[in-house]
Amino acid sequence: MSERVRRQVMSTACIIGFFVLWELLCLMFHVSDIVLPRPSQVLATLWTRFPAIWPHALQTLYTTMVGFGFGIAIGILLGMLIGSSKLAYDVAYPMLVGFSSIPKVAVVPIFVLWFGAGTVPAILTAMIMCIFPIVVNVATGLAATEPELQDVMKTLRATKLEILWNVGLPRTMPYFFASLKVAATLAFVGTVISETVASNRGIGNLMMIASSSFDVPLVFAGLFILAALGVGLYIVFSLIEARVTGWAVRSDSFAAGG
Amino acid sequence: MNAPLAHPKPRAVDNVIELEKVRVTFGTAKNAVTALAETSLRIDKGEFVALVGPSGCGKSTILKLVAGTLNATQGNVFVAGREIGAGAARIGMAFQNPTLLPWLNIRDNVMLPLKIVPPFKERFSAKRKTEYRDRVEASLTQVGLGGFGDKFPWQLSGGMQQRASLCRALIHDPTLLLLDEPFGALDQFTREELWEIMQNLWIEKRPTVLLVTHDLKEAAYLASRICVMQARPGRIVDDSTVPFARPRTIDVSFEPDFVTLTQRLRQRIVAARAVQEIVS
Repeated sequence: MSERVRRQVMSTACIIGFFVLWELLCLMFHVSDIVLPRPSQVLATLWTRFPAIWPHALQTLYTTMVGFGFGIAIGILLGMLIGSSKLAYDVAYPMLVGFSSIPKVAVVPIFVLWFGAGTVPAILTAMIMCIFPIVVNVATGLAATEPELQDVMKTLRATKLEILWNVGLPRTMPYFFASLKVAATLAFVGTVISETVASNRGIGNLMMIASSSFDVPLVFAGLFILAALGVGLYIVFSLIEARVTGWAVRSDSFAAGG
Repeated sequence: MNAPLAHPKPRAVDNVIELEKVRVTFGTAKNAVTALAETSLRIDKGEFVALVGPSGCGKSTILKLVAGTLNATQGNVFVAGREIGAGAARIGMAFQNPTLLPWLNIRDNVMLPLKIVPPFKERFSAKRKTEYRDRVEASLTQVGLGGFGDKFPWQLSGGMQQRASLCRALIHDPTLLLLDEPFGALDQFTREELWEIMQNLWIEKRPTVLLVTHDLKEAAYLASRICVMQARPGRIVDDSTVPFARPRTIDVSFEPDFVTLTQRLRQRIVAARAVQEIVS
């Protein structure tokens, strides 16, 4: 127990230390806030301009979550298809790899062309950013399902759907959650890219405008918000993951609670 | 692959398992490996048949054919008078490894067949907390796992997992029980204890049992009939009944008749291996 507390204290201290070091170095070398604002300046900006930043943060969060949601739904369906059918695997995998190699910035103008500037292209960009890791992981998880476990179901004359539901999907959950943590952060990247290019709302747009007027502390305030949202989402999924897939790491808390 | 022929002769339901000129080969024409040469085997309802032989002799192949997880290259497999896949028999199977689902606790693992197999699955969600729970608990108690229902597989030793896996194979009152060396990885005392449990169960409910093992003592103790198999190509070379009265105790295994039987089986296998070595 004390070992755990010590580790937590140490890690927290190191993270705080990083920002303190940043602050001190800026002060020591007299770095202008137009080049690199100090953390304290960023915090002050966040505090004083909160009413102006807040709606943008909400917009970005909302857009990301919707895009992420669609991404999860489509990602799971595609992953299940690819993981359970050889033909789908052969067809979809090269296409997916090719598609994910396209820089998403290049896709945003196309979305804008189709749907106009604003929320829709941002949602779509967030979605396509996060689909790839989810598809790959779900498909891998299904493919990695032990044939012995499937045989258990087959001797019981289980249908394909029952096998998928009782063995395939639970077996895939650790892979799925690992991909969610990556996908959640990618979804933010997607949203912000789209907002930067074609939107009048959202953190991406806020940072665009701020940097064009050399309001660097506000740009950094936007970055801080994005980082905080990303960390928040990551934590949420880690908690869900621990509850759902504790069996994979054989955690005692899972055994006691689950 | 050729389509299965329509069956003119109706099968007697008593022949709970019938392999009719079954062949299994793996791989394609050039480097095909014959896992099972043309084999016919009839097992009557309520029999306890053991398949023994060296590894690679096709005993697991026969089990997979009957379980329906493997298709015959040639010939027909009937279970309860129907061609395999029709799903007539209620099958319970225990494997060499416990193969418990790691995300379910022991209780839910044992309950799995009740969720899948009719008629149990019909009112599963209503009964899982009451009737089925008691059923599972009773079954776990029978193998000495009472009170372990909330544990997860990884929290149990290999022997305990194997016991749970036996419970899972039996929970839905199978009419056909397939055992693929389920006692192989256990220590001797646990093994003998589970033999006894198995025998009592068979006497009580009289399912048809097909046991794959390479332990001759196990085969002679449990089975009412022993088929000796030989490798390359896999085939049945000996088929004999076991005369000892039930219930058998471990002491029976030290009696002269028992020893003679296992000796004879052993010599049969050794002789087959010697021939095989000369050939290859």
